[in-house]
Amino acid sequence: MASNASRRTLRTIVLLYLAILIGLPVVFLVVKALGSGFGAFWHEITEPDALSALKLSLIIAAIAVPVNTVVGVGAALIIARHKFFGRRVFDTIFDVPVAISPIIIGVALVLAYSRIGWFGAPLERWGLNVLFTPLGVALATMSVSLPYVLRSIVPVLTEIGQEQEQAARTLGAGRLRIFWNVTLPSIRWAVLYGVTLTIARTLGEFGAVLVVSGNIAGVTQTLPIYIYDSWDQRFDVLGSYSGALVLALISIAVLSILAVLRRREKKLLVDLA
Amino acid sequence: MSISLSHLSKRYGKTHAVEDVTTEITHGSLTAILGPSGSGKSTLLKLIAGLERPDEGTVVIDGADMTHVDPRHRDIGFCFQNYAPFRHMNVAKNVAFGLKVRKRPKKEIDARVEELLVLVKLQNKATSYPSQLSGGERQRMALARALAIEPRVLLLDEPFGALDAVVRAELRHWVKELHAQIHVTTVLVTHDQQEAMEVADQLIVMRSGRIVQSGNPLALYESPATDFVHEFLGPSTIFQGEVTRPHDLELVSVYQGTEKGRITSIVSLGFEAQVTVELSDGTSTWVQLSRNELSDMGLRVALLVGVRRRLDAD
Amino acid sequence: MPTDTPLDVAPLEVHTSPAGIGWRRVASRVSLPFLMGGGGTLIVAYLSIIVLLPIAALISHGLSISVAGRGAGLEFWRWHVSTNFSLFWESITAPGAESAIFLSLWLSFAVAALNAVMGVAIAWVLVRDKFFGRTFIDSVIDLPFALPTIVAGVVLLAIYGPDSPIHIDLFETWMGLMLALLFVTLPFSVRAVQPVLASLDLESEDAARTLGAGGVRTFFGVVMPSLWPSVLAGFGLAFARAIGEFGSISLIAGGVPRTTTASYYVFNLTAGFEWSAAAAVSVALLVLSLVVLVTANVVSHHYQKRLL
Repeated sequence: MASNASRRTLRTIVLLYLAILIGLPVVFLVVKALGSGFGAFWHEITEPDALSALKLSLIIAAIAVPVNTVVGVGAALIIARHKFFGRRVFDTIFDVPVAISPIIIGVALVLAYSRIGWFGAPLERWGLNVLFTPLGVALATMSVSLPYVLRSIVPVLTEIGQEQEQAARTLGAGRLRIFWNVTLPSIRWAVLYGVTLTIARTLGEFGAVLVVSGNIAGVTQTLPIYIYDSWDQRFDVLGSYSGALVLALISIAVLSILAVLRRREKKLLVDLA
Repeated sequence: MSISLSHLSKRYGKTHAVEDVTTEITHGSLTAILGPSGSGKSTLLKLIAGLERPDEGTVVIDGADMTHVDPRHRDIGFCFQNYAPFRHMNVAKNVAFGLKVRKRPKKEIDARVEELLVLVKLQNKATSYPSQLSGGERQRMALARALAIEPRVLLLDEPFGALDAVVRAELRHWVKELHAQIHVTTVLVTHDQQEAMEVADQLIVMRSGRIVQSGNPLALYESPATDFVHEFLGPSTIFQGEVTRPHDLELVSVYQGTEKGRITSIVSLGFEAQVTVELSDGTSTWVQLSRNELSDMGLRVALLVGVRRRLDAD
Repeated sequence: MPTDTPLDVAPLEVHTSPAGIGWRRVASRVSLPFLMGGGGTLIVAYLSIIVLLPIAALISHGLSISVAGRGAGLEFWRWHVSTNFSLFWESITAPGAESAIFLSLWLSFAVAALNAVMGVAIAWVLVRDKFFGRTFIDSVIDLPFALPTIVAGVVLLAIYGPDSPIHIDLFETWMGLMLALLFVTLPFSVRAVQPVLASLDLESEDAARTLGAGGVRTFFGVVMPSLWPSVLAGFGLAFARAIGEFGSISLIAGGVPRTTTASYYVFNLTAGFEWSAAAAVSVALLVLSLVVLVTANVVSHHYQKRLL
C-alpha cells in the first residue's frame, strides 16, 4: 500500500476504535467484577439463584445444542448434495430466527404455543405449558441458535464435493458407512466450529427467553436473565457484574476454540489444493 | 470381463451428454475413450460405473444386465481425476477401505495392502496421509485402492489430467505395464490423444455424445473415418483441399513440388521442425521435417519452395 | 458442485411394477426429498415448530387476520380471510410506537453506515498490514458476536453509565445506544468485507500505481469498485442486527421514551401482556428489516456476480 506514514495512521485509527469499542469494556468488566475482591465475586456467583440460573442455562444448552447439531448436519447433507424444488426456500428458513429480533421471536412463540396463542389450548390439555416454563425457554433457545452448525458445514461439503463419497460407493460402502467413515470425518472441524457457536448462542440468549420466561427466579431464569434481573430489579450491581464476568469468560474460551478450529480448517483447505 | 453398451443415452436437461452409444469392450483390453471436453466420455464412464443412470439403453457387464444396479454391487474399480483420496485416512487405510467394507479378516487385509503398495511402489508411504503425497503418488494410491477389491473392471476418469507433463508420461507408461501384469479389463477416459495412442489397445473416439469411430489406435490414425478424427488424433494440415499429416509432406525445389509457395515461419522444436509455407493459392500449410532435413536444406524465411506429398516421390 | 445423483440409490433387488422400469426411474427422481427419509420430514417438522408456525402466528395476530369457514370442514377454498388493518395501523401509530420505530430506523441506519466505513478500515488493516498482535486483534473482532448481549449491556453501562470511571455518562442517551449498537454490529461489517478484500487481486492495484495513481485514487478507483457489493451486504446485515437488538441496549436505555427503541417498546408491551399490539409492531419491524436486508442482498449479489 502507500507510504508508511499513512499505513501507520490507519492502523492507529483502527486500533483506537477497537480499543474504545471493545477493549475498554472488557477491562472494566474484570475490574468491576473483581473490584471488591475475589471473595465477594465468588460469593455472588455461588448464590442459590445464580447457581440455579447457571444450571438452567446448562440444561437448556444440553438440549438445544445436540438437537440443532443433528438437524444442522442432516439439513446440510440434504442441501449440499441434492437439487430439489424449494431448496432455496428450505435453506433460507434456517436464517430467519437469526435475522430477526429475539424479542420478536419470543412474541411469535407466545402467539403460537401459549394459552393465548394458536396451540395453547390443546398443548395445555397434554400438560405442555410454554409460557413461563423451561419448555418455552428451551423452544426459544433452539430457535435462535438454529443455523450455526448448518452454515458452518454447507460450504465445506460443497467445497469437498461428492467424489470421496462416490469412490466409497464404488468400493462397496453403504449409505451409513459412507456417512460415518467418509463424510463426517471430512467435516468434523466445521461441525465443531458450528457447535461452538451454537453453545455460545444458547448460553447467551436473552431477548427471546426474557419474553417467554416471564423471569421467574429459580424456575425460568437463565444466567443472562439473572444478570439482567440483578441489575434492573434488585440493583444488585455486583451480582450482575459477577454473572457477566462468568459469561464473558465462557465467551472468551469459545473465541479461543474458534480461532484454533479456524486454523485447523485452513490447514485442511490448503491440503485440499 | 467384457462390457456391452447398447443404445445408451443420458440427458441433462436439454443437452445430450451421451447419445445412442453402442459398443463392445473386450475382456482384458485396455480401452481408451478419447474426445474433446464436452464429448460425453466422462459421463459414459460413469454410466458404466453406475454413478450415473442412463435415460435409455443398457449396460451389460459379463453377460449380466447392470443398467440399474448400484455401483456397490457392480464389482468395479474407479479412479477420479482428482484422486478422491479419503483425506483423514492414511495411505494404508485408504487402500484397505474396500476390504474392510467386505469384512475380510485383518490379517488378510494387511497382507493384501502390503502387496498392493509394493505393486504401486508406495510401500514406504503406508502411514503417510494423502496431503503429504505428490499428485502422482496420490493417483497410484487411488489405483491401489481400486485394485484392492479385485474388480472385474477398472475405470479411470482422466487419471493423469491434473498432473504435470513429466509425471503424466511416467504414469502412462506405468499403467500400461500394470495392465500387462494384471490383465484386468481397463477403460480409460482422456482428452490427450498422445496418451490414448501410447497406452490403449482399443480406441473409442467420441464427439458431442456420440461415438465417431472405434478400433485399433493405429488403424484409426492411418484411416480416420472423418476429418474430426483425423485432426483429433494427430497433427494435421490442409494440403490441396484435403486434411493431411504434416509429416506426409516434404519440401523440395520449386520445380519439383506439386504446389509452390514462400516460407513464412520456421519453428525448430529440437527433434523436429515445423515449417509454415504460404502457397500460391493463398492458403497456408505446414510441413514437419526432421532436424537433419532442416539443416541439410538450409531453409530460411521468405525462401521460395515446392511442397509435395512424400508418396508422390519418384 | 452437487449433481442430480442421489446418495441413496436403489437396491440390487429390482422391484418390477406394472409400468416397469420407467416408473421406478421417475419415482426415484421425484421421491428425492422423501428418500432422505424420515430424516427430511423430521427436519421440516422441526422447522415448522421452531420457525414457521410461530412466524405465521405472529403475522396472523399482528395483522389481525381472521379466517371464517363458510363451507364445512376443510374446504379451504370456501374460507373467507380478512384482516383488520385498522387495528394493525392503530398499534403502530400509537404515540410510543411511532417514535420508537423511527428511533430504531435512523439509529440502525447510522450505525450500519458508520460500521460499514470502519469495517472496511479494519478489514484493510487486518488483511494488508502486518503488526504484532494482528492474529489476536483478528480474534477479538468476533467478541461482540460471541458475547451474550446482556453482558455487553452490563459492561457498556459499567463504563459509560452513571458510575463511569472515566466520567462519561451516556445513560439514557442516543450516544449510549449507538455505542451499544456499534459494538454488536461490528463483526458483521468486518467479516462481510474481510474475505473479499483478502481475495482481491493485488495486481490491479499495482497496475494502477505504475500508471501514476496515488493511494487514495487507487483505493477508490480500483479497490472500492470490487469491494462495494460486500460492503453493502455487510450494511444490510448490520442494519438488520441493529434494528432488532435488545440485550445490549436494555440497560443503557433506561426505560425513558426518548431512548426506547422499537424492540424495547415491544418488550414493554409484552410485560404488559398486550400481545396483539406487540404482534402488530413486531410485524412492522419485520417488514422493515426484511426490506432492507433483501434489497441489500439482492443488489450486492447482482453486482457481485458481475465482478467475478
